[in-house]
Amino acid sequence: MDILQLLVSGIANGCIYGLLALGFVLIYKASEAVNFAQGDMLMLGAFLGIAFINTGNADLPFLIGLTLSALVMGIFGYLLDRFVLRGIFGQPQFAMVILTIALGFLIRFAAGAIWGHDPVSLQTPFAGRTLELGSLIVPVVDAVIILATVALTTTLYFFFAHTRLGVAMQASSQNQMAAYYMGIPVKRVNSIVWALSGVVAAIAGVLFAAKGAVEPSVGLLFGIKAFAAAVIGGLGSLPGALAGGLLVGIVEPFAARYLPAGSSQIAPYVLMLLVLILRPGGLFAQISQKKV
Amino acid sequence: MTVRAISALLDVRNLETFYGPVMALRGVSIEVPEGSIVTILGANGAGKTTLMKTVSGALAPHKGNIQFRGQRIDGLEPDVLVKRGIAHVPEGREVFPFLSVAENLMMGAYTRRDRTEISRDIDMVYDYFPILRERRQQNAGTLSGGQQQMLAIGRGLMSRPSLMLLDEPSLGLSPLLVQEIFAIVRRLNQEQGVTILLVEQNAHVALQTADYGYVLETGRIVMAGSAEKLLNSDDIREFYLGQSADQDSDARADKRWKRKKTWR
Repeated sequence: MDILQLLVSGIANGCIYGLLALGFVLIYKASEAVNFAQGDMLMLGAFLGIAFINTGNADLPFLIGLTLSALVMGIFGYLLDRFVLRGIFGQPQFAMVILTIALGFLIRFAAGAIWGHDPVSLQTPFAGRTLELGSLIVPVVDAVIILATVALTTTLYFFFAHTRLGVAMQASSQNQMAAYYMGIPVKRVNSIVWALSGVVAAIAGVLFAAKGAVEPSVGLLFGIKAFAAAVIGGLGSLPGALAGGLLVGIVEPFAARYLPAGSSQIAPYVLMLLVLILRPGGLFAQISQKKV
Repeated sequence: MTVRAISALLDVRNLETFYGPVMALRGVSIEVPEGSIVTILGANGAGKTTLMKTVSGALAPHKGNIQFRGQRIDGLEPDVLVKRGIAHVPEGREVFPFLSVAENLMMGAYTRRDRTEISRDIDMVYDYFPILRERRQQNAGTLSGGQQQMLAIGRGLMSRPSLMLLDEPSLGLSPLLVQEIFAIVRRLNQEQGVTILLVEQNAHVALQTADYGYVLETGRIVMAGSAEKLLNSDDIREFYLGQSADQDSDARADKRWKRKKTWR
């Protein structure tokens, strides 16, 4: 039962890592560069959720606050791409890496100036409540996180597999030039991907804040861990990102329980190193060779 | 200039395009009459692909103008031009490797909204290329080179173009497949009324297919004429078809002086 208990809490954490890793992969596929501000977008989404939901702030119901936060972050992502990142469209990947690192600093600074540096947590209707399934005790928060992740990823799956825009996003990530020839407005599609990653970051952020406290620098460490998860899954694969996130989430509590103190902090990176050595493309790498 | 339509579907005038720092087109003028197949011949680096990219809107010209159905289109984006009826089938096929054959075709129709018509056109593409119907659920990246070329042409058809830019469709294909693809290109021209601008290194098959041809060298048109005229021209025979100008006489004796192109 101990193992099962650890597994449930690991999966719940892993879902949040997975969602954040999903954000990394979305951007990587659209812009072919890593968005190092992804973790800070999660933090921003979390603070927006707190601003919309907590009593003393806007005091809105949880679901409405979550939706509003996702909406604002979606618009934020779209505008970020439209007015900041499109300026370096076609430049080497390096330019975007540096730009997003700088953006991360800006977002952290702005959040600190607005909301202060003390940890805050989100007030939810299910805080502190648990479900008892036999001898297994599941915090309602964990159940909500898992269900929300399942719902979100299923929606994303159908969007990418079965809608015109979703397939067009796949097409432009697989061959941008050909997509351009087909009349797919590649730049606008990229902006929509950024909006989508903003939405995913906001939802992950609100779920994160429901489980623990947030402060402006939380996105940094969390973002790096989620990046490791994305690399484990194979940067460029959406199911891989989720799987990588779950793996990292599950490994952590087990390492904390059964291995010497401190090893839970390095466990995700050890896992990443192992994957990179044994399967350099990541667990779910998409490999294609162009036929001549 | 024997065959020259009164108003061409595509009219390119004095086009100059830079490819990075290189001036790839140095004042190119061509005309493509409606319903015809026009080919551009030329060696590597002559500027053929740059010409195609400029016409389809992927590159903006530095100087000159392009008219399509009498309207200026130079500098417009590809998504606008696809809607107006120009489809670009790029060199090297460039299919979407992780999308199925059917999804690739759907992407060709991205600018269209009429669902029933789109599925009818997918059927039409499958009728021209039956192998694609068999493989419709398969990822395009797993197709053979020839099948990918068929898919690329089919995908180009899906926007219902009146002008199709075909860039090097014979690239990397076996001679038999080349014949097959060009036979279908001719059928598309006759049955669907698609005007075709064809870029080729394989001068032989291109001139057999086309009505009219241009020869592009280092960014300039150096020769133009009906396909028949070009096929019989000594320069084309010598430098693009690899046939000696006078095969009956003693080849060794004539080769002592390397023939020069007449346009140099």
